[in-house]
Amino acid sequence: MAEIQNYTMNFGPQHPAAHGVLRLILEMNGEVIQSADPHIGLLHRGTEKLAESKPYNQSIGYMDRLDYVSMVCNEHGYVLAIEKLLKLTPPRRALYIRVLFDEITRILNHLMWLGTHGLDVGAMTMFLYCFREREDLMDCYEAVSGTRMHATYYRPGGVYRDLPEMMPKYESSNNKKKKHTDRLNYNREGSLLDFIESFSERFPSCVDEYETLLTDNRIWKQRTVNIAVISPERALNLGYTGPMLRGSGVEWDLRKKQPYAVYNELDFDIPIGLNGDCYDRYLVRVEEMRQSNRIIKQCVDWLRDNPGPVMTDDQKIAPPKRMGMKDDMESLIHHFKLFTEGYCVPEGEVYAAVEAPKGEFGIYLVSDGANKPYRVKIRAPGFAHLASMSEMVVGHMLADVVAVMGTQDIVFGEIDR
Amino acid sequence: MKISHEEMSARIIACFDGKMVADSSQFNELTFVLDQTDLVEVSQTLHDDDDFKFTQLIDLCGVDYLTYGQDEWITQSATGSGFSRGVSRKPVILDDADTFDAKRFAVVYHLLSVEHNIRLRLRVYTGPSNPPIVPSVESVWSAANWFEREAFDMFGILFEGHPDLRRILTDYGFIGHPFRKDFPLSGNVEVRYDADQGKVVYQPVSIEPRTLVPRVIRDDNRYSDELKDSTDG
Repeated sequence: MAEIQNYTMNFGPQHPAAHGVLRLILEMNGEVIQSADPHIGLLHRGTEKLAESKPYNQSIGYMDRLDYVSMVCNEHGYVLAIEKLLKLTPPRRALYIRVLFDEITRILNHLMWLGTHGLDVGAMTMFLYCFREREDLMDCYEAVSGTRMHATYYRPGGVYRDLPEMMPKYESSNNKKKKHTDRLNYNREGSLLDFIESFSERFPSCVDEYETLLTDNRIWKQRTVNIAVISPERALNLGYTGPMLRGSGVEWDLRKKQPYAVYNELDFDIPIGLNGDCYDRYLVRVEEMRQSNRIIKQCVDWLRDNPGPVMTDDQKIAPPKRMGMKDDMESLIHHFKLFTEGYCVPEGEVYAAVEAPKGEFGIYLVSDGANKPYRVKIRAPGFAHLASMSEMVVGHMLADVVAVMGTQDIVFGEIDR
Repeated sequence: MKISHEEMSARIIACFDGKMVADSSQFNELTFVLDQTDLVEVSQTLHDDDDFKFTQLIDLCGVDYLTYGQDEWITQSATGSGFSRGVSRKPVILDDADTFDAKRFAVVYHLLSVEHNIRLRLRVYTGPSNPPIVPSVESVWSAANWFEREAFDMFGILFEGHPDLRRILTDYGFIGHPFRKDFPLSGNVEVRYDADQGKVVYQPVSIEPRTLVPRVIRDDNRYSDELKDSTDG
């Protein structure tokens, strides 16, 4: 009898379902996976080493580029670590703005995940629906920071500037008729907060739309139910965090359990799954979008009623007011020192973690008292998730690999760093 | 159930008498230093014992303390020569020394107990051996697998008992360990397409290493008790 061997298949790194640059070496028996060996690092930029060579503030921009679909959450982790070392508490309004934008980012991330996960598994419409809402949230980013993605908005001591009073509008032109732009501008007449509020009122019905398409969809369930089941014990042992851990039924969310910013003052629930399969993780993330929307509403209400500073007045850390520099020598000196040398951070080591949309995003920061960090270690949630790829796909079909990649919500910016 | 840092600290000291040394922290974090010979045994207890239940290894990373506390600009006494911007560094690939300073490399473990809602940091120095070597904790936490591969790749720390210690983030065929402090920021080789040979070739880097902002350590009276004025708060 002829000897039958397993064969090895190369998947990626250039593959539309590889979510960037994942290369997988799959050992297959027919169409069944025997083992999977992810080869990562194709997007490795050495962020940690680069951060060691720059003053603290200059690395905030690198954090955006880690998990490039949940930008400000990464900044939040980094800024939190610096603030912990400096023993600095930002003004309350800044904390509320951070929470607001963290939750906007969570929705952004989950929409991206839902769209691509759907697309990978064969539900093309999801992608179009999700990107429709993403566009509005990107506009919020743009209104507040000037960029649609890489905001560099959070700074040690607060946020870069207050929320704008006016929402930018579409302008009519030769190929964009006024009637058309008026329709696009209907909720952009007021401030950014008005715009976010109108979004948060509309968004639950959008989530209903997504759920109509997927939750009871027979094909969707065939592709996700009982795929890549992970028990709670294994999920903990594998270092899962975020929706991956909650999908397996472990009730753990840093926003509730180790609250940072002002999460302890806000009302929201943590959804958890029962079976730990792809379908449960889908349900968890969809419910998280609804909960994020609840948080956004509460933040908008608070921010309307409580104007105030959004940046610490410690001018060793935060730049002085532009107007103050015109006639105040002290401000001018602070400005010069801050932008040429940065600020020195007391010696010590801290670990600060935030509940990023993908899981626990942590920064381990070692300072030797200099104006640059001595060591920055970025704990990316996706790294631990992808490490368990082999365990998740063994025994499944080749097509399920794509479903597993979707459910892990992989972004290579943070895994390769 | 959430337990306090003091409570956990007392439990650890009671359980591992002498094996784990507390490292003081002003930032309300628990840090213990332990010897690498005890690492696996202590880890297993921390993972299994109901008093601890550190079921998650959140992070594992290497740290290279080679240039700790060194600055590029003297701030204590005024300098006559001033500060030079160009910092020339020789490309170093492998450290020639047979032994390292015993406290040069450390492996730092961040543990999380979901049950007790508490975090713990462990630090293990690799000792003088070159290459640095510590036992693997992969048998206790599966998550350590890739984290240890990363620490090996970046720092050249070997993990004894690791099932599959390969490079993970750097390129196939990469030489050196990029996060070591003696590895230049711009690397040692660059890659380009050679039209004559019709293939991609490696060559020594053409980038001049330079410092844009000097590394400065200043004693700040706000953070140091000795320097603090007795009058201000």
